[in-house]
Amino acid sequence: MGTAAGRHLHVDPSCVSEPHQVTTIDLAQSSLRDLNQMLHLARHGSFRVLNPRGAHAVACGIDAEVSVEIHGSVGYYCAGMHQKGSVYIDGNASTGLAENIMSGTVHITGSATMSAGATGHGGLVVIEGNAGARCGISMKGVDIVVGGNVGHMSAFMAQAGNLVVLGDAGADLGDSIYEANLYVRGEVASLGADAIHKDMRPEHVQTLAGLLRRAGMEADPDDFRRYGSARNLYNFHIDDVDAEVAGRDV
Amino acid sequence: MCGIVGLFLKTERYQSRLGELTADMLHEMRDRGPDSAGFAIYDEGRADRTRITVLAEGQRPDWSRTATDLEAVLGADVSVRPIRDHAVFETSGDGSRARQWLIDSAPEVDVLSYGSQMEIYKAVGDPDLVAVNYDLRSRTGTHALAHTRMATESAVTTNGSHPFATGADTCLVHNGSLSNYNWLRTRLERQGEIFQTENDSEVAAGYLAWRLREGDSIKGALERALVALDGFFTFAIGIADGFAILRDPIACKPAIVAETDDWVAMSSEYRAITHLPDSEHATIWEPQPGVIYTWTRAA
Repeated sequence: MGTAAGRHLHVDPSCVSEPHQVTTIDLAQSSLRDLNQMLHLARHGSFRVLNPRGAHAVACGIDAEVSVEIHGSVGYYCAGMHQKGSVYIDGNASTGLAENIMSGTVHITGSATMSAGATGHGGLVVIEGNAGARCGISMKGVDIVVGGNVGHMSAFMAQAGNLVVLGDAGADLGDSIYEANLYVRGEVASLGADAIHKDMRPEHVQTLAGLLRRAGMEADPDDFRRYGSARNLYNFHIDDVDAEVAGRDV
Repeated sequence: MCGIVGLFLKTERYQSRLGELTADMLHEMRDRGPDSAGFAIYDEGRADRTRITVLAEGQRPDWSRTATDLEAVLGADVSVRPIRDHAVFETSGDGSRARQWLIDSAPEVDVLSYGSQMEIYKAVGDPDLVAVNYDLRSRTGTHALAHTRMATESAVTTNGSHPFATGADTCLVHNGSLSNYNWLRTRLERQGEIFQTENDSEVAAGYLAWRLREGDSIKGALERALVALDGFFTFAIGIADGFAILRDPIACKPAIVAETDDWVAMSSEYRAITHLPDSEHATIWEPQPGVIYTWTRAA
């Protein structure tokens, strides 16, 4: 198909069935809806997206073995609800990168703002730069590897999966965490309610080494500390009512 | 939701294009706040002259009569520049007296701003149309703040639109919602603040105005605001020689900052920054929660 022009794009089957051919979509000329419809119709193939200029929902809802390369920074919910394929972003992303990712990979060379990988059920999210507040909030099985730092309340209410941070973590890491493993190489400003430091057992070193390898990050798993759930919030304890009231500034 | 943009020119290079660049940024934030919009624009001004921006919503009064009356009161020259239902009075006389006279003597008129460098314009409706109607694109100057509003806490009115002046040459734009503003408004009214709307952001502006009047620096006033204000906010505050940014400690409301040798821009979203000259080489980062950032010409 080559560089698409005009508003109405139609997927050319002879193009997307060629694994090595790259379809280029320039968002300075094509609409976002055309891009996303093309990605939803394609069953495989490679796509290059130019001039995203912070647009929202770029490459949202992919559900096929397609490979998408985005050149430039994106807005909210890029690669949201992602399944199977791979999305590579050479730039930065705003709120909700790879939100609710189910499988596949999303890789960004720059930084992501709030709620990256939020509620993800599976797949791998790689952020080479920093992630903002609430990275991996309510994660349910996704693996997230961050080359830089993560903001406050990351992995809030995390339920399953792994969050790997090569830099530092902001305040209240893993607040109200159910399960999931949080690996941090740098400083943790503070742990949230019911999040505790845990030992690194051989299986954790192995998992971490595998995630670092898959993310293309060079780091020694032995330099990380693991954090997880103390599991004290699983059940309601009547004693906690008093504790909470006593601790409240009334 | 609401959208905020701010542009501070560090050098003279783009001063002739300030209005145009701000209008382009505002346009990108249009769908974050289609209810109403406003902007504050700053230029070098003259220290010996005060400008007062006023609004007579939906009207085209005979401002020249008001100017003549004001001249008599001040014993100094007064000029007036009407622009639709707004007008900018300018005088070499006592600026705060002029402001008070306009508030007291022209009840149908709302005073939007005063100072020697700042003018504020605001209206309900499409933000792009507001920019066109009040001639934003042709304006030159040093820095500007603009806002697109999606109302949550109070009605869609011109008076409920941002920016809100907080004192001479200072103003506030807000994305978020405050929870303790009724209580705080009552307290501030006891301190002599006068409120024109039921709007939560106006209370935040009133709070800052009160603190600045009490002698706090912008930084000092914002530090107190972090304690006094309960709710969600990203604030951008315009001051005579720059602007400041503050996000609440939870930081639900977005903000992004980009900086080059020539300018600093802040916005609710990155896309508002992409049209600025040389933005592809800007340093881009996210302001930390609960941290006060300021940029001034002196720095």
